[in-house]
Amino acid sequence: MAAIRRYFRSPAAVIGLVLLLIVIGMAISAGWLYPRDPLALAGRPLIWPFSNPRFLLGTDNSGRDIAAQIFYGARISLLIGGAATAIAIAIGIMIGAFAGYYGGWIDNVLMRVTEAFQTLPNFVLLLVLVAVFGSTLTTVTIAVGVVSWPAPARLTRAEFLSLRNREFVQAGRTLGMKDVQLILGEILPNALPPVIVYASVVMAVAILLESALAFLHLSDPNVASWGNLIGLGRDVLRVQWYVSAIPGLAILFTVLAVSLVGQGLNDALNPRLKAR
Amino acid sequence: MRILSLAGRRLAASIPTLFLILIGVFLLLQFAPGDTVDAMMAQMGGGDAATARTLRKFYGLDLSVPVQLGNYLWRLVRLDLGYSAIYGKPVTTVILERLPPTILLMTASLSFAFFAGLVLGVIAARGVNKWPDTLISTVGLIFYATPSFWFGLMAIMVFSIYLQWLPAGGFEDIGATQSGLGRTLDIARHLVLPTLTLGLIFLAIYLRIMRASMLEVLNLDFVRTARAKGLDETRVVIRHVLRNALLPMVTLIGLQAGTMLGGSVVVESVFSLPGLGRLAYESVVQRDLNTLLGIVFVSALLVIAVNFLVDLLYARLDPRISAEG
Amino acid sequence: MTDIAILTLDQLSVRLPAGADRSHAVSGASLSVAANEILCVVGESGSGKSIMANAVMRLLPGGVDIDGGRVMFEGRDLASASAAEMRKVRGAGIAMVFQEPMTALNPLRSIGDQIGEMFAIHNNLSKKDIRARVLALLDDVRIADPKAAAQAYPHELSGGQRQRAMIAMALALDPRLLIADEPTTALDVTTQAQILTLIRELQSRKKTAVLFITHDFGVVAEIADRVAVMQHGVIVEQGTTSAVLNNPQHPYTRELIAAVPPLTAPPPRLLSDDIILTIDNVSKTYRTGGFLGRGARVTEAVKAVSLKLPRGATLGIVGESGSGKSTLARCIIRLIDPDAGSILLDGADWARMPKEDVRRQTRHMQMVFQDPFGSLNPRRKAEELVAQGPIIHGTPRDQALAEARELFALVGLDPAAGDRYPHEFSGGQRQRIGLARALALHPDVLVADEAVSALDVSVQAQVLKLLADLRERLGLSIIFITHDLRVAAQICDLVAVMKNGEVVEHGLAGEVFGNPQHPYTRALLASIPGGDFAREHSLA
Repeated sequence: MAAIRRYFRSPAAVIGLVLLLIVIGMAISAGWLYPRDPLALAGRPLIWPFSNPRFLLGTDNSGRDIAAQIFYGARISLLIGGAATAIAIAIGIMIGAFAGYYGGWIDNVLMRVTEAFQTLPNFVLLLVLVAVFGSTLTTVTIAVGVVSWPAPARLTRAEFLSLRNREFVQAGRTLGMKDVQLILGEILPNALPPVIVYASVVMAVAILLESALAFLHLSDPNVASWGNLIGLGRDVLRVQWYVSAIPGLAILFTVLAVSLVGQGLNDALNPRLKAR
Repeated sequence: MRILSLAGRRLAASIPTLFLILIGVFLLLQFAPGDTVDAMMAQMGGGDAATARTLRKFYGLDLSVPVQLGNYLWRLVRLDLGYSAIYGKPVTTVILERLPPTILLMTASLSFAFFAGLVLGVIAARGVNKWPDTLISTVGLIFYATPSFWFGLMAIMVFSIYLQWLPAGGFEDIGATQSGLGRTLDIARHLVLPTLTLGLIFLAIYLRIMRASMLEVLNLDFVRTARAKGLDETRVVIRHVLRNALLPMVTLIGLQAGTMLGGSVVVESVFSLPGLGRLAYESVVQRDLNTLLGIVFVSALLVIAVNFLVDLLYARLDPRISAEG
Repeated sequence: MTDIAILTLDQLSVRLPAGADRSHAVSGASLSVAANEILCVVGESGSGKSIMANAVMRLLPGGVDIDGGRVMFEGRDLASASAAEMRKVRGAGIAMVFQEPMTALNPLRSIGDQIGEMFAIHNNLSKKDIRARVLALLDDVRIADPKAAAQAYPHELSGGQRQRAMIAMALALDPRLLIADEPTTALDVTTQAQILTLIRELQSRKKTAVLFITHDFGVVAEIADRVAVMQHGVIVEQGTTSAVLNNPQHPYTRELIAAVPPLTAPPPRLLSDDIILTIDNVSKTYRTGGFLGRGARVTEAVKAVSLKLPRGATLGIVGESGSGKSTLARCIIRLIDPDAGSILLDGADWARMPKEDVRRQTRHMQMVFQDPFGSLNPRRKAEELVAQGPIIHGTPRDQALAEARELFALVGLDPAAGDRYPHEFSGGQRQRIGLARALALHPDVLVADEAVSALDVSVQAQVLKLLADLRERLGLSIIFITHDLRVAAQICDLVAVMKNGEVVEHGLAGEVFGNPQHPYTRALLASIPGGDFAREHSLA
């Protein structure tokens, strides 16, 4: 309760939440506001924004409604961002918890693997995954999740390492708790808050990764993704720069919203850091 | 000497990591639809099955996967990355041609992000919660949220198309065969926008870490000791806080090296720079798997090299490191 | 006061930020320190004594400000001095030594560099002169090899050496006033004795005025000329050391002095012949660092320790940090696996039992931990924490919770407070929860690891009393680990003194303390601050 009150005391966090709610609202209302396929031909190509009331944000090179693509794009960004983050955090917590709790050779092996994933540039790995498994919405989402888990894994491991020798965990052990009880009941609840906060960073990066992939025409071409639209607008950048500019702003605001909410959560959950 | 042996040991420890990556990616690529021969056939405009079989035999692709992997690793030990069917050259040659722009771009972006992040982070921390801090932190957040390729496009629009101050792409002007200083300046002009574009997100990260790290160190006991000695605030920061606050920044360089290399794929594509990143993109599009695997190897090497340098730097900054055996 | 006052506080008040537990950290404090005099300010945690010391230097944390009174130093009011004036006073006029020498020194700069900085700030000395002065200072504080110490980094020195270096730094410019904020609290007792002697000696040679902040009446008895007692930000009593210690006027002072554990053991209790726990030749060796066997460091934490615990008795294991006493305790309860030896409890060898058996047998042996903040899971309610053990071992949840509430009453807590979270309790109360958690399994043996060390002296006395009381009522056998010989003397029937992993002496508490045989035991006893006070005090 106190954390919620602290959250709403920060203007930046509130702005972030409002922005995020707007993006979520766009994603939800897309089908209702624009019942037609956003990738279908809607009108004359390259209509400037605000010049035709039917196409408030204008049309792109192939005469598709930009506004519709922005609304549907919110769905894709949130979907890929959310699902990829869930995958990354789940893998990260599992690997981090095992490595941090058991230490020794288990830790050594798991950390080697984590290191391997971090040594390989994540975007290059993403390219390899897409090259191998193709670029459907599902594969792209899973691929983004798979390249994003090392950082949460390291964070979880660090938390587990510091918590596993804390006296309350030792106390649990002297009471006769099993490893599973110690991991799930004692350590994890205390290790979770920073990881949850870090999820916002993972989500921000996931959204950026997908949009970069789409910009390079390597994401699913059959969905209205903001990155796709920017990539399309690149061909007409010289004059109709708005085709690229508008979806870029949409990405910017979404990532900003996610980061602000994450930071607000962090400050609300760790009040002592904010105090100084 | 101790520092060097320490960093050397870390370097040795990264060899298994490197093999792990190569084996992993090699096996992964076995799942890829189509192999090098398919790509070559496509390049040649098709061919019959007999030719394909001959070619597969020639490249050893008819062998079992473990044998192929063994062959690949053995060739790798001799620094032979195989042959690129698409470019018609050994992969090593292709990559070496593409390496300089990427290394130049990474160095420039890293320096820009590191030093600008350092200075802005210090300014923000010194006036914490006052307007310069609010401004810097806000700008940092916006930079962090900006997709780099989009920023690149917008920069091209403003500086190359509208203002016509800087070139829109390429590594240097073709045709003008300048030498020495002229060429250097030309390349520098071409790299201004890519450097800013790639460095932007890292600038945001570094400034945030530097600010947090400064605030953390400013709260430590020895800073109070320094103040109790009668040092003024500027000297407290320069002599006692800065070096301590730099440690997490330096660690971050190593951790972010891979991310930065990944970012160069996008940035090089936006600015048509003939670098490693663009090569990675092209080889994915053209299904040139040999080259792709070579790029994986070289980029892992680059990241390991950066981390080696970071280890050296860290050990120089922190005497506690060399003490722990 | 014989000499003229160097520092005079006149009705000094220091305000705390809104939302703190009280409005002022210090309210209306008046005192003065003369040249060649040590004034001890003594009080429990939260009394405002440290804030007052930092207020003199104007080194208060953000949001904490002086809001009344004067700080007169050499005819000037420091409370209203400008930042530039303060910088001239700091280091040169008033110097400060802090509690934790490890964190008070910059880890990235050499000791010599940090001491030399004093001259660089306030004097115009050449590099060569500075180096010579630094070496002379390090020699002054009796660091064995000044040249090596000057080049060393803080982590390369021991705690005592670091504090000596801090003192050398503080005294570099011969300040008129030295403020020492708990300078020996983080140190072992023998090191503490040396540092106290050093401060005393340097002070009398240089005629420095010293404002010495401490929580320990032993230290007061050892070093102070005069004493000021602080409670809740108010100085409740001031006077010469002998007057305050022997004839305290204020009830709070009396209470504090009464709580100081005396050094002499109470009359011995009758010990049972029935040995419940036998520790035989237990060893534990750590190997740290090293790569492929090179450069590995081997620490023999516990070396062939053999001890016996009679049923219903309390065995104290005392020693300084690094003596292996905590490792031994954790070996006994199998939080750590011993390398060799046996630990026999009711015929079962705990040293060799498989992990799964230890888990099932653990209710026979329980532990109370040191840190009242770290030893309770912050996300569980107090009664849940206590009921956890029985639930694991098969007691139905409702019954376990009911028993937990009974235990609350047993350890002197309000049973209705069971649905609160740990952070809502004070340090002493948390330690009682920890005790209740251990008792919930009805153990035969209780291992208490520094169980009262983190508590203020008055709370410490209460918890010790509770422990002694429970021992009688429940027939507990206790292994009591502590670094504080005074505490050990109070509660232990038997005492074992550990040094570098070995038990150097053990026997009945009265004998070990009254007639120590081993030179190390004698050194430990001689190092107890205010030893005479502690002995006399027990007679009172």
